[in-house]
Amino acid sequence: MKDSVGRVHSIQSMGTLDGPGVRFVVFMQGCHLRCKCCHNPDTWDVCGGTEYLPAELVAKACRYREYFGAEGGITVSGGEPLLQAGFVHDLFRLCHRENIHTCLDTSGSILNDTVRHLLAETDRVLLDIKYTEDGLYHDHVGCSLSAPLEFLAYLDEQKIPTTLRQVIIPGINDGKENVLKLKEIAEKHSCVAQIELLPFRKICQTKYDAMGLPFPFGHIPEPKRDVIEALQNVIPDYV
Amino acid sequence: MKHENWNGFVDGIWQDEINVRDFIQKNYTEYIGDESFLSGATERTEGIMKKVQSLFALERQYGGVLDIDTATVSSLTSYSPGYIDKDNEIIVGMQTNRPLKRGVNPFGGMRMARQACEAYGYKLNNKMEEEFRYRTTHNDGVFRAYTDEMRQARKCHVITGLPDAYGRGRIIGDYRRVALYGVDRLIEEKQQDKKNLANDHFDAANIRLDEELYKQIEFLGYMKEMAAMYGFDISQPAKDAREAIQWTYFAYLGAIKEQNGAAMSLGRVSTFFDIYIERDIARGLLTEEGAQELMDDFVIKLRIARHLRTPEYNELFGGDPMWITEAVGGMGEDGRSLVTKSCFRMLNTLYTLGSSPEPNLTILWSTALPENFKKFCAKVSVDTDSIQYENDDVMRPIYGDDYAIACCVSAMKLGKQMQFFGARCNLAKLLLIAINGGYDTTSGMHIGPQMPPLEGDKLDFDVVMQRFDIYIAWLSHLYVNTMNIIHYMHDKYAYEKTQMALHDTEVERFMAFGIAGLSVVADSLSAIKYANVKPLRDENGFITEFETVGAFPKYGNDDDRVDLLAKDMAHKVICELRKTKTYRQAIHTLSVLTITSNVMYGKNTAATPDGRGAGEPFAPGANPMHNREENGALASLNSVAKISYDDCRDGVSNTFSITPEALGRGDEERIQNLVAILDGYFAKKAHHINVNVLNRETLMKAYENPEAYPNLTIRVSGYAVNFNKLSREQQREVISRTFHEVI
Repeated sequence: MKDSVGRVHSIQSMGTLDGPGVRFVVFMQGCHLRCKCCHNPDTWDVCGGTEYLPAELVAKACRYREYFGAEGGITVSGGEPLLQAGFVHDLFRLCHRENIHTCLDTSGSILNDTVRHLLAETDRVLLDIKYTEDGLYHDHVGCSLSAPLEFLAYLDEQKIPTTLRQVIIPGINDGKENVLKLKEIAEKHSCVAQIELLPFRKICQTKYDAMGLPFPFGHIPEPKRDVIEALQNVIPDYV
Repeated sequence: MKHENWNGFVDGIWQDEINVRDFIQKNYTEYIGDESFLSGATERTEGIMKKVQSLFALERQYGGVLDIDTATVSSLTSYSPGYIDKDNEIIVGMQTNRPLKRGVNPFGGMRMARQACEAYGYKLNNKMEEEFRYRTTHNDGVFRAYTDEMRQARKCHVITGLPDAYGRGRIIGDYRRVALYGVDRLIEEKQQDKKNLANDHFDAANIRLDEELYKQIEFLGYMKEMAAMYGFDISQPAKDAREAIQWTYFAYLGAIKEQNGAAMSLGRVSTFFDIYIERDIARGLLTEEGAQELMDDFVIKLRIARHLRTPEYNELFGGDPMWITEAVGGMGEDGRSLVTKSCFRMLNTLYTLGSSPEPNLTILWSTALPENFKKFCAKVSVDTDSIQYENDDVMRPIYGDDYAIACCVSAMKLGKQMQFFGARCNLAKLLLIAINGGYDTTSGMHIGPQMPPLEGDKLDFDVVMQRFDIYIAWLSHLYVNTMNIIHYMHDKYAYEKTQMALHDTEVERFMAFGIAGLSVVADSLSAIKYANVKPLRDENGFITEFETVGAFPKYGNDDDRVDLLAKDMAHKVICELRKTKTYRQAIHTLSVLTITSNVMYGKNTAATPDGRGAGEPFAPGANPMHNREENGALASLNSVAKISYDDCRDGVSNTFSITPEALGRGDEERIQNLVAILDGYFAKKAHHINVNVLNRETLMKAYENPEAYPNLTIRVSGYAVNFNKLSREQQREVISRTFHEVI
């Protein structure tokens, strides 16, 4: 079989926020969505990034295995890793050979055989349910809510431990009812162990400026820390 | 031999010979539980701390020095007893007759004593000036012997911070011996050693040792007198925990009254104390609250210890440190950890008394330590930024399981090894001197072998390395010779009588050399090798600046291409140093540690090929240069971990700052993750790490508004400081360092 080649945006040797424990995080290059709250517009271009072979990345990850402890491992984020599902599959398979825990951070917007193949090598999924209303999905993401829901159903079927994530944006989804809807979704899927609410951040403004692009949500303020905490407290079973 | 004060202890060879380790191994109780047993501060402790805090505030108000006794020469019995609150103190003893009043120690050098007084608006007493007029101090001796070249090397700052004008320190008396054996027994043993020497050949070395033994015995006697002034007879072994701590403290106090060495470290007392504490608790004589109170009162004494320093000294070693380093934890050779409840009690003082830079609490970390203890250490780091970690798994095979840390990172067997401290040479400046064929553009001095500056429009890696080798060899030889003079004179004119009395008579000596600017040199060599470095010359043809075009790998990104340049450089330097014989057959060691002098070293170094501008600070210790890390925190740790402890037996210092957010969500996760990071880093055979968990914004606020942050403690380079005690320049440098954050 020919080695797959992946396009990687960047590598962070120490991630503590994308999956359990201390993790080696690979940010893949390329995304087909255009979320208005996107924090990493520099990962959109599917032609950019640095090319890596799966074995090269695993060799790098192995340099950090002493730090992983009982919980840590590798997380592949992006960009949208599902655009390079074949590559990520090969990467995860090699990680498993090295006994490294694998975690996928995704929008769940693609589900095909290659992706299913990848999920067979995935120990945990961080699934970004961007909104709980289809209208908002169409307006601010560019696809339908049904895509991640279909993805989630598959995760549930495969019993892959999942964390639902959502970026909380003031005035758009910072209401309690939204979080309750998220909880409703979670309750229908026993694979979901955790819901993580992330504050909308604007330090990416400089990236948009550098790229000469408008930041669609640049006018929206960052949420206060206690707002996120209060919302998180609405769903104590999923902390 | 038996003593009634030892009743209840398990017998061992420790009774027949001076052997504290054997006593500990036979008698300690490992603790693998968590911190829930700990007690808080008592009302008494809080009352004393309140008094101490107001003294600290007053000291700050007075510009850092509360008072100086300019008429008394500091020694063991030269001051009447002093107290914070006589009726309420449990552990007593003060350096001078009042808390925070500093004594004058002129044995290191009169000029420094005079300058230090003047810097704070005092004048040294005429009588003392007169008394020392016809005496030779350590400083006098050194400068009588220094060669022209040594003076030049010192003047152009290629070797700096040498202990030729201040006490060398970094010697740890085994202060526990006084508690376990009582002073009389220690005197007897020394008298026996002196007698045995009489049968030996009396060459210079033995005559010197014979006189040293005389002085040691004499000062053990003074130690008894000093304790008697406070109403204690320390001739016999301590009978309970309070006495054990008090006796140990008297021994330490004697040392800091006699000597003003740069680092006056404590050793490894927690688990030793624990044996007495647990015996008292078992006998119903002590409660947990009482045990913590004893520890607290002892630590309060350590927190008010002070030495009088010159402004030049403060530039090198900012923050008024004493390096009262206490090594906590570690594993025993039999596989049990040396963690006891008193290790927790010692760390707990950072809660009962608040965070503090002193004592310099140093965790001897092993991946095999009890998980509960690991977690408690990590919690203390997250909460207080006051402790550091060193790798017991790399040190224990070399030093056994009863070693301690002097100063920041210098390991030595307690009572069996000592070191001759040697500050550090400026490797980045040496590279520039080499490129310029023996000319230092910063000072305008010609120094070392003379040859033409390198030619051409592009620096060639092989040519530069060939050149650099010549100058490393030259400087190494000069450095060893310089150190030989310093330590010969220190032994002759400022011998550490109290501390050496608490060592075996036959000690092993290290001679500790150091390098500063390792990351600057590694990145500069990498630039020369992988990018285009064009030298820019002044009107005389000397290279003063560089134009570096193109990308090159930078130290701190776990990239072997450059990391191995750093590793190989350390190896090369120690190999060169070993070629020159040392005074008293000391073993050559090397450290990569700067303390806060990285600012001063940078100030005295011209622009370097890595893009660092003239005068800009170096990174501290073995740290990568600020903001050159592109792959996150662990990549940076991996780079530092590659520097071999076998080459750098005097320590490899790394200071790691991370924001709480980047360490994880919530305290529990942060603690777990920090434990994982420490386990990982040390499994990579790294030696040392300072951990700060804080935001840059906090430091900026403290910089702008110091009064609002009187107790803000941060780890800098092998020690901790009160942020407000750093100079403005040092503060700015700390703020500019890399903080690993969420991106």
